[in-house]
Amino acid sequence: MTEIRFSGFGGQGIIRCGLIAGKALALFDNKHTTMTQSFGPEARGSACSSQLVVSEDRVLYPYITKPEILVSMSQEAYEKYEPELREDGILIIDKDLVNTKPPRGKIKTYAVPSTRFAEELGNRIIANLVMMGFFTAVTKIGTPEAMKKALPGLVPERFLDLNIKAFDKGYEYGLHVLDEEKSH
Amino acid sequence: MNDEARQKNPIEHLLRMDRIPHIWCPGCGIGTVVTSFAEALRKSNIELDKIAVVSGIGCTGRVAGYIKLDSFHTTHGRAIPFATGLKLANPELKVVVFSGDGDIFGIGGNHFIHAARRNMDLTVICVNNFNYAMTGGQVAATTPTDANASTAPYGNFEQPFSIPYLADAAGASYVARWTALHLRRVTKSIQEGMDKNGFSLIEVITPCVTLYARRNRLGDGLNLLKYYYDKSEIKHGADTRDLDISYQGKLIVGKFIDRERPNFIDAMNQHMSTVLGDDYELYGRINND
Amino acid sequence: MKKVKADPKGVLTGAHYLDGDFALAEGALAAGCRFFGGYPITPSTETAERFSERIPRVGGIFIQMEDELGSIASLIGAVWGGKKAMTVTSGPGFSLMMENIGLACMMETPLVIANVQRGGPSTGLPTLTGQQDMMQAKFGSHGDYEIIALSPDSPQECFDLTIEAFNLSETYRVPTFIMTDECVGHMHEKVVIPPADEIELVERKWYTGPKEAYLPYKPDKDLVPFMIKAGDGYRFHTTGLTHDERGYPVINAECQKVNVTNIIEKIRKNADKIIKIEEDQIDGAEVVLISYGITSRVAVRAVRLAREAGIKVGTMRLITVWPFPEKRIKELAPKIKAFIIPEVNYGQMVREVERSAAGKTQVFGVPHCGGWVHNPEDILNVIKEAVK
Repeated sequence: MTEIRFSGFGGQGIIRCGLIAGKALALFDNKHTTMTQSFGPEARGSACSSQLVVSEDRVLYPYITKPEILVSMSQEAYEKYEPELREDGILIIDKDLVNTKPPRGKIKTYAVPSTRFAEELGNRIIANLVMMGFFTAVTKIGTPEAMKKALPGLVPERFLDLNIKAFDKGYEYGLHVLDEEKSH
Repeated sequence: MNDEARQKNPIEHLLRMDRIPHIWCPGCGIGTVVTSFAEALRKSNIELDKIAVVSGIGCTGRVAGYIKLDSFHTTHGRAIPFATGLKLANPELKVVVFSGDGDIFGIGGNHFIHAARRNMDLTVICVNNFNYAMTGGQVAATTPTDANASTAPYGNFEQPFSIPYLADAAGASYVARWTALHLRRVTKSIQEGMDKNGFSLIEVITPCVTLYARRNRLGDGLNLLKYYYDKSEIKHGADTRDLDISYQGKLIVGKFIDRERPNFIDAMNQHMSTVLGDDYELYGRINND
Repeated sequence: MKKVKADPKGVLTGAHYLDGDFALAEGALAAGCRFFGGYPITPSTETAERFSERIPRVGGIFIQMEDELGSIASLIGAVWGGKKAMTVTSGPGFSLMMENIGLACMMETPLVIANVQRGGPSTGLPTLTGQQDMMQAKFGSHGDYEIIALSPDSPQECFDLTIEAFNLSETYRVPTFIMTDECVGHMHEKVVIPPADEIELVERKWYTGPKEAYLPYKPDKDLVPFMIKAGDGYRFHTTGLTHDERGYPVINAECQKVNVTNIIEKIRKNADKIIKIEEDQIDGAEVVLISYGITSRVAVRAVRLAREAGIKVGTMRLITVWPFPEKRIKELAPKIKAFIIPEVNYGQMVREVERSAAGKTQVFGVPHCGGWVHNPEDILNVIKEAVK
C-alpha cells in the first residue's frame, strides 16, 4: 500500500493530480485507489491538497496517515505537509517554487521546474501535468500510458493535446533526472 | 343536501357521492366554486380521465376528496410542488390545484411564486375566504387590514397580499379574480385557465360565514353576497397594482392577465434542443397550440 | 414482484472513477429514475449536478425546486404520475423534508432520498462528515411508520445500493433512504457499472385487475397494496389523512389502527427479506464490532490491531440500517462479551443495539461528534476495555 499527498495552492490543479493518478491506476493499471480531498474552509485557504491511497487489494482504510510520497507545488504546502512524510519517503517539488530544508532521514527529493516548463509550453495552467509526468517517471507508481489515458474527462477536451505534451515533458525530464541519479 | 336535490344534481358524476354530505358549513362558498369547476369540466373538451386535482390542507383542501377525478389531498402548502411533480412526470395530465388562500399564499407562498415564475402548466383555483377557517378563523396573509380574526382579536394591522398582483409579478400567464357571486364567470375563467398553456391563477373570494363573517359581525352568507354585489366592480385588464382589498372595501374583479409565454416543459424542450441538438430527447407531449 | 432489466439508456456501462455523490446519480439513472427534484445543499449537491447534466440525454426531468419542502412534494407527485423519483440532501434539507416523508409513508409512495450526512445540529459542519441523522431517518416525521434505510461504504456501493433502494422502495411502496455521508460522498474510487441486462429492477406493483374492483389501499398478501398512476382512468383518491381501503378519509381510532398497522407491518413482517448485513469472524468472537457506512472502513484498522493483539473480534456491517437487524443481535448477545458500536454521532444506533441485546451482554458505544472519522486507536481502546 502506498499513501500519496499532492499539495500546492488553489488553482494549480492539485485535486486534478489526485484524480488523474487515482483514475489511471484504478482503471488502467489494475490497482485499487481511493482519492480524497479537503473540503470547506480548509480547502479555500492557500494550501490545497489531495490524498491518494494505492493498493494491490481493496483499499479499506481510505485516508493517508504517513504518506510515502509528497508532491508539493508551493512553499506553504511543503512546510505544512513535509513533517508527515515518512523518513524513507519521496519528496517531489516544483524547484522554482519550493525551497527545501536540509533533507530528513532517508527522504529522497526530486525537483522539477514544472511551472517554468509549463510557461515554456505556453500556459502555466498545465504545470500540474508537467508535475504528473515527472511524478510518474520518478515514482514508477504507474505507467505513463495509464496516466495519459486517464486525462480525457479530467482536462478540457480542447487542451488535451497540450496536457499530454506537458505530461511528456515532465516525464522525459523525470527519466533524465533518474539517469543522472544513476550515473552519480 | 336533500335526496331530491341530489337526484337532480347534473354534476353528480363528477362528485364522489359516497362521500357526501360534505364537511363544509351552511353558507360556505367553497361548494359553489366546486360547482363552477364541475361546470367547467362539463363544458370542457378535456378528457376527464386526464384531469387530476391536487389540494393542500384546509377547508378548500378537502375539495380533492369530493371530486371524482384522480385527486390528491396532500400536505399543508405543498399542493403546488406536488402538482409540479405530477404534471412533469405525466405531461398529458391537466393538473388543477384547488386550495385555499392560507394554503397557497401563507404556508405555500414560496411554491406559488416559483411555479408562476417557471410558468408551470397548472391551473390554480384559490378560494379566498380571508382567514384560516379549518382551524377556527385565524388571521391570514389575505385578511384585510382592520378585520378581526381569532389570532388578531384587536384587529389585523398587517397589510394583506393582493393575490392577482403577486401572481402577475411572479409571471403567471393567466390571472383572474371573482367572487362567489360570479359563478358563471368563475366557470369561464376556470375553462380559460385550463386551456391556457401555462400557469393560471383564478382567485375566488368566498364567504366564510361561521368564522370570518361572525367574528366581524358581517351577518350571514346572504349579507356577504350582498357585499360582493354592492362592492364588486368588473374591470378586465385592470392594472394589478390597483387590486388591493380593504376591509369591506371595493372588490375589483375580472380577468387581469392573459398572456403567452412558453411553459416549463416547452421552454426546456426548446432550450435543450438548441443547446444539445440531436443528443436531446424531447420530453413529453409537444404543445403546438 | 415483477423483475425487469434496466433500460440501457440510463446505464453508463463500464469502469469509472467517481465520487460517491456521482455514483448515487448513476445508480438512480440505472435504476430507471427519471425524475429528480432537488435543492442544493453541501455535501450532496454533486449528485444533483450530475443528474442535471445526464438527464437531458436520457429522457426525464431534473428540476431544481425552490426548497426541500418542494423537492420532496414534487417527488411524491412525480411518482403518482408514474415515474421513479429521487432526491438528495443533507441534514438541514432532510429536516425540511420530514413532514412529506410522512405523507409518502401514508400514501404508500415509493421514492428514494439520499442523505449525504454532515455534522449537525443546525447548520453545523456543512463540509465535514457526520452520521448524525440515523435516528431522524427512522423517527423524524411525526406519527408511527416504518421506512427502509441503507448505508453504503464506498462509491461502488453508492451505485449498487441506489439500485437496491429503488427495488426495495418499489417492492414495499415505502420511502427508502440512502444514509451516506460526506466522506463517502466526496471520496473517489473505481465504480463498475454493469451492462443494463445484468441490472435487475423491481417493477412498480401495478394493478392489473378490473377497474371497478380497484381499491387503492387494499393490502395484498405481502401487505403491500397494488398501485396505479394518475391519468389511467381510475379516478382514485389518496390523502395524508387516515384512510380506508378506498383511500377515503375516515377519522376514527378503528380506521387509524388498520391504516397504521398496515404501513408498519408490511415492513416489519418482511424485515428478514429486507435486511442485509455483512459479517466477518463472528464464530467464536469475544466481542462483535457493529458499524455502518464510512465508519466500518475506519474500524477495519482498529479490528486488525485488536486481532494482532490476540483479541477475537467479529464484525458486523449494517448495509441495511432500518429495519434494524434486532433478531441477529438478540441471537449473538448471550454468546459474546460485548458489542462495540463506533459511529460518527453521540450515540444513536448504539441504542438499537442496547435495546436488541436486552441486557444479555455489554454494549459499548464509541461516539464521535462529527467533522472527521474516528481515530482507529480510540476504537481499539474500547475493544480492549470490553474484553477486560
